Amino acid sequence: MTCPPVHPYLVEALEKRFTLHKLDSVPDKAQFLSSHRDSIRAVVGNAAAGADAELIDQLPKLEIVSSYSVGLDKIDLAKCKEKGIRVTNTPDVLTDDVADLALGLMLAVLRRLCESDRYVRSGLWKKGVGFNLFLLQFSGKTVGIIGLGRIGMAIAQRAEAFSCPISYFSRSQKPGINYKYHPSVVDLAANCDILVVACALTPETRHIINREVIDALGPKGVLINIGRGPHVDEAELVSALVEGRLGGAGLDVFQDEPNVPEELFKLENVVLLPHVGSGTVETRQAMADLVVGNLEAHFLNKPLLTPVV
Amino acid sequence: MAVTGTNQSPPALSATAHDGDDSLPVVLIHRFPTFTGSLFPSLPTHFRLLDLLTTDASNLQSASAILCVGPPPPVTPEFLDRFPSLKIVVCSSVGVDHVDLPECRQRGIVVTNAGSAFAEDVADYAVALLIDVLRRVSAADRYVRAGSWPVKGDYPLGSKVSGKRVGILGLGRIGSAIATRLAAFGCQIRYSSRKEKPSLPFPFYKTALDLAANSDVLIACCALTDETFHVINGEVMTVLGKQGVIINVGRGSLVDEKELVEFLLRGDLGGAGLDVFEDEPHVPKELFALDNVVLSPHSAVVTPESIGTLQDVVIGNLKAFFAGQPLISPVID
Repeated sequence: MTCPPVHPYLVEALEKRFTLHKLDSVPDKAQFLSSHRDSIRAVVGNAAAGADAELIDQLPKLEIVSSYSVGLDKIDLAKCKEKGIRVTNTPDVLTDDVADLALGLMLAVLRRLCESDRYVRSGLWKKGVGFNLFLLQFSGKTVGIIGLGRIGMAIAQRAEAFSCPISYFSRSQKPGINYKYHPSVVDLAANCDILVVACALTPETRHIINREVIDALGPKGVLINIGRGPHVDEAELVSALVEGRLGGAGLDVFQDEPNVPEELFKLENVVLLPHVGSGTVETRQAMADLVVGNLEAHFLNKPLLTPVV
Repeated sequence: MAVTGTNQSPPALSATAHDGDDSLPVVLIHRFPTFTGSLFPSLPTHFRLLDLLTTDASNLQSASAILCVGPPPPVTPEFLDRFPSLKIVVCSSVGVDHVDLPECRQRGIVVTNAGSAFAEDVADYAVALLIDVLRRVSAADRYVRAGSWPVKGDYPLGSKVSGKRVGILGLGRIGSAIATRLAAFGCQIRYSSRKEKPSLPFPFYKTALDLAANSDVLIACCALTDETFHVINGEVMTVLGKQGVIINVGRGSLVDEKELVEFLLRGDLGGAGLDVFEDEPHVPKELFALDNVVLSPHSAVVTPESIGTLQDVVIGNLKAFFAGQPLISPVID
């Protein structure tokens, strides 16, 4: 059973091998779940929906949750562990895409790319109407990364090629890493030009970007979020941007997707993306292959490809 | 830079308004009348700046140095005839296609450009454009701002940047800086250039066509000369293919713009990121409706940091010239 709508390639691959039910297209979910409670053995989720405690309770025959994402915040991992339900995700295959996009957001915000494109398309360049050309240089800016996992490291590697000094915050300092460690997010924010959220969403990291951090980042600082919407106190972020207390933001994720605070729509120092971090043909296919591969391995009693639990 | 229209006598450049200190070496400023941007603030400390458009004709006879701010009108033989004592033309851009280089060489006039003042900024911009085109950053941002996400659902998938074969046309300072950056994204770099550079680890192709045949993306960052005019033509675009992407941060005429538009409209090219055009500020309107195209108003270099560096290069070249010392960034053609 799939919870949210998923990519046609994945749907097709699943339908070839399994009896597939799409929960999102079912009119009466409660009725559906109760009539199918004894037959559903696997759930495929993604960043939007997975398997919370409620759903797990309604599916006593559930054996495996295979997520079409690397993030696990929509899955009740503790409950899965308790019930012996396996959980898999899609690490590594999307690392490059998300890191590429993080850099794309940094460049687009600092160099005002979207604004420039809008300016040209509006016909104003032709009319000789001046354009505020004093944009910010990207090369050499200090990049502060929250979370130095696969994605954080990939972002650091790319930013280094632009001569950006790298600093980071992590639950603990990583041995053998040359980047500057900061013991708190506020400290990191106060000492970098561009702050990137690249950690997992857990109860501890919810609202890791709060008013204090935003103030420390300041009117010349830029926030990039390619993690999860709830990493950021969105109301605080919006007012900081609108009031000019934060220099700019590049956001791929939001508190309540697909809803984006409309106050941001008229700001030129933000770039707003509809959660496209792993959104390339190449990567979604690789993710889908992993989802299917994990499910097949499970039902053939073989070792799972990318187990989490 | 603000462009203001005028049909009276050209507005004065503030740095030249008071004719400057008599004891300092004279530098003539060459500009379009409509250019009224603020000049490099440190220049008047070192030189007596005279505005070509307003200064006494007598000053033109003895002047040995001209500084182009711009983009300026072309430096032609007729223009050069007005300055019998001219020995150096200092340009504030990297591109010197507006200067008749063979004519200058013949007259013993040396030309300098912006050197590496802009290399990083242009390279950053080329990478920014590439990521934007492949991952649809500007198009997706428009989608969100139009309120389409809740209504139309997820945005269509883009194309992966990492791992793409990137063909760089022109491996000078800018091309090399682009190569360094994109190599960190796992892109496979290859290039074409006037001369092969064996010290660099990238495959070399003799022609743009060969390069296109072995690339997913072409980045144009070479000088505009007679040889490179329309170097990216219909044949190159065909060979690059339907998924191919062209990024131009060089000069508009490196690309056959008419062909480019037609290829894009037919879907015979995957996308384009353009900072320069054949007839700026005119941009083919047909491009405005395309989501696989990113357009920008020749703004790859304008950051406060690179303007500061540029000022250093300009002053450095002028000081070296007047002191009889080696120049920082002479153009060797």
